[in-house]
Amino acid sequence: MKKFSSLLHNLILTPSRNTKIKLLQDYFKILDINRSYALAILSDQLSFQFIKASKLRELVYEQVDQHLFDYSYDYVGDLAETISLIWPTKKEGESQNLSTLIENIKKIKKSEINTEFSKVLSELSNNERWTLIKICTGGLRIGVSERLVKTALADLYNKSVNEIEEIWHGLEFPYENLFQWLKNETSKPKIDFKKLFHPMMLANPIDEEKDFKRLNANEFQAEYKWDGIRVQLMVSSKSVALYSRTGDNISSAFPEIIETTKGDAVIDGELLVGGNFKPSSFNDLQQRLNRKKASKDLQKKFPVFIRAYDILFYKGKDLRKLSLVDRRKYLEKFQKENKTNQIDLSSIINFSTWKELTKYKNNFHDDLNEGVMIKLKNSEYLPGRKKGYWYKWKKNPKLVDAILMYAQRGHGKRSSYYSDFTFGVWKESELVPIGKAYSGYTDKELLVLDKFIRNNTINKFGPVREVKKEIILEVAFDDVFPSTRHKSGVAMRFPRIHRIRWDKPVNEVLTISEFKKEFKLS
Amino acid sequence: MDFINHQLFIKDINVHIDPILPKKTAIITHGHADHARFGHDHVIATRQTIDIMKIRYGDKCAKKFTPLRYGQKYSIKNYDFTLHPAGHILGSAQVLIEKNNHRLVITGDYKVGKDETCKNFKLVKCDTLITEATFGLPIFQHPDPKDEIQKLIRSVKINKNNCHIVGAYALGKAQRVMNLLRQQKYNETIYIHGSLEKLCQYYSKEKINIGKFEKVSSKDKNFYEGKIIIAPPSALKDRWSRRFPNPIICMASGWMTVKQRAKQQGIELPLVISDHSDWNELLDTIKKSKAKNILITHGQEDALVYYCKKQNLVSKPLSIQGRSDEEIE
Repeated sequence: MKKFSSLLHNLILTPSRNTKIKLLQDYFKILDINRSYALAILSDQLSFQFIKASKLRELVYEQVDQHLFDYSYDYVGDLAETISLIWPTKKEGESQNLSTLIENIKKIKKSEINTEFSKVLSELSNNERWTLIKICTGGLRIGVSERLVKTALADLYNKSVNEIEEIWHGLEFPYENLFQWLKNETSKPKIDFKKLFHPMMLANPIDEEKDFKRLNANEFQAEYKWDGIRVQLMVSSKSVALYSRTGDNISSAFPEIIETTKGDAVIDGELLVGGNFKPSSFNDLQQRLNRKKASKDLQKKFPVFIRAYDILFYKGKDLRKLSLVDRRKYLEKFQKENKTNQIDLSSIINFSTWKELTKYKNNFHDDLNEGVMIKLKNSEYLPGRKKGYWYKWKKNPKLVDAILMYAQRGHGKRSSYYSDFTFGVWKESELVPIGKAYSGYTDKELLVLDKFIRNNTINKFGPVREVKKEIILEVAFDDVFPSTRHKSGVAMRFPRIHRIRWDKPVNEVLTISEFKKEFKLS
Repeated sequence: MDFINHQLFIKDINVHIDPILPKKTAIITHGHADHARFGHDHVIATRQTIDIMKIRYGDKCAKKFTPLRYGQKYSIKNYDFTLHPAGHILGSAQVLIEKNNHRLVITGDYKVGKDETCKNFKLVKCDTLITEATFGLPIFQHPDPKDEIQKLIRSVKINKNNCHIVGAYALGKAQRVMNLLRQQKYNETIYIHGSLEKLCQYYSKEKINIGKFEKVSSKDKNFYEGKIIIAPPSALKDRWSRRFPNPIICMASGWMTVKQRAKQQGIELPLVISDHSDWNELLDTIKKSKAKNILITHGQEDALVYYCKKQNLVSKPLSIQGRSDEEIE
């Protein structure tokens, strides 16, 4: 455990990608079972059923005064780190190795969690405790992506990282077949077709100034960019499976897709909510996300469909080396052969100049698309975010000026800075909050805002500071919906701080009814 | 204790403790810039604090100086002042004010742990305690500084082609790091940023063992491979640090307890070495002082105020202007 926890400690503090790779490789050189556990943890595939953030809070409240913990958590901004530091027992020296520790924790019965897991926590050093809690809460946030782990392994054994990526989702703990293949002791692991997730091709944001001068419009085709979730649909005579962009199997949440899809193919597309292939808002889609199952009622109220835009395999044939135009022919063929109410095709926009495309980007179907995708016609299907093939061109965001009302310290890399901002507009002589944002500002603007907040606090509510109503923020957001959950009656989608409006006096900010009118909510 | 206000000002006799602006009479607890300022008429402090002020601000930084030995009484009207070791840095002192049988202690910055670079903290019993709270949260439990300095020595041994730049405050922390290295038998020359030179010379003159040191100069780049360089934290991000070969950026500070804080500042090797009391030492000092009235100054005062109230001690935060949390150590 000591070795693995110092690996994580070093990874979080090292800014250099090469050093991170080297640290990972040094660790993976160990040949025992611990490396399998490490791989499972680094790729976020290990968790304990009974031990989640809420349980950990419960345990720490048994050890220390709740208020003192809350003050500390507010300061540190990271649950794992706060608990590891505040835990009353300190132990240095030898501890169990990673694999033994994890197996022992798995054996703990639910009824004995409180005493037994507290005992485990007490027997670790601060850093080991931090590591274990990170494992429990999942998502290490140590600046190491799954891709980086794969890259480290690939480089260590002279393999290509894409080869690892392809079989990745079909591998299972303890990954013996992977390690054997990496060392050239066996051939590449054979993976069940259903589990063979194919890494997706991703788009880069377009740089309007540079790219449009450089790129020839005739070599590209465009499609609308739909505001849903990216999915990969795998269908064969035997089975159907639906994967999220990160390769998670989400089949059980969308039974209507699984039950109706026919044929033999791997399809890439966008999952949207709406009947008769008419997408409704992302707000509606959210009703179907993050659920393990969908009731009949929910399926009826928020029906889903897939807007397909690419095909990777057709009847067992790998199409990824073909051009986009050729793949499209196969996609159309697939759709014609297997018509359902759950799959339609993303239509292609004809344009001959970039200028012409602008009007499609900004004015279509009001708010139901986010802009356009621009794809190189003769591009292969390449995993990852390669430059020069696929671009996304988002609509200009909506903007509103609002007054900074409250601030809270951020988490993760922004912990200690007041970096979460709540802003509002007028309602008669009072302000009513319309949203909260924690991104978009520059580092410099963050420092200015942080300083303003510290010097202009008029009230504290726990970790939240109310500030003097003097700063106007220009907030950019993708969309706004009516909401019954918020006092203002509105909910913004992806609000972020665009800039600070030093030039504008607070009394020129809109009222809530003006705001609703401007964005067509009333 | 009504005789002193939240600015640590005794109106009755026109005396300030650690004032930010120039005043008539200023009692100075120690030489850090957020406590010792330029331009007072009369400075009362330990001899070392006065020396340090003169090194930093020039011989004429005050019109008149009164050096006091630890324990030596200085009276103005019916107020008796004595200074007592605070264990923070060389010359640092707590201020005991006695008036009509009421004993009030202003700790200034202090640490309870052992330190060879200054006289160690002495507990002073009192009725009212005005304590600092830089690390006033239970997450701050400082480790043994010897273990921390060993981390540095080990890293120097392993990474022979790198140089280690240690960020440390120019006054106090830098010399403490040097002394800790010497205690752990690191006998190489230590290289220092120019701004540390005069203070290091002063510590040497005061017979504090900081060993052999040399100002960084424009030597061949590779000369600094395998060396330890000490610089003020502000120099770490500066162009200054780019002249060195493959530097590993280290920082000696109590704030380094929190990994996220170290990461934010781009510190690769955090060394938790603090010149302030940690949470347990703060609680211990409050308890042993026997004070019934606790005032808490700059730092993370909320948690400490809460704790004291729970112990039935009268407690409130004292906000002193010009000092905000996290900027000081």
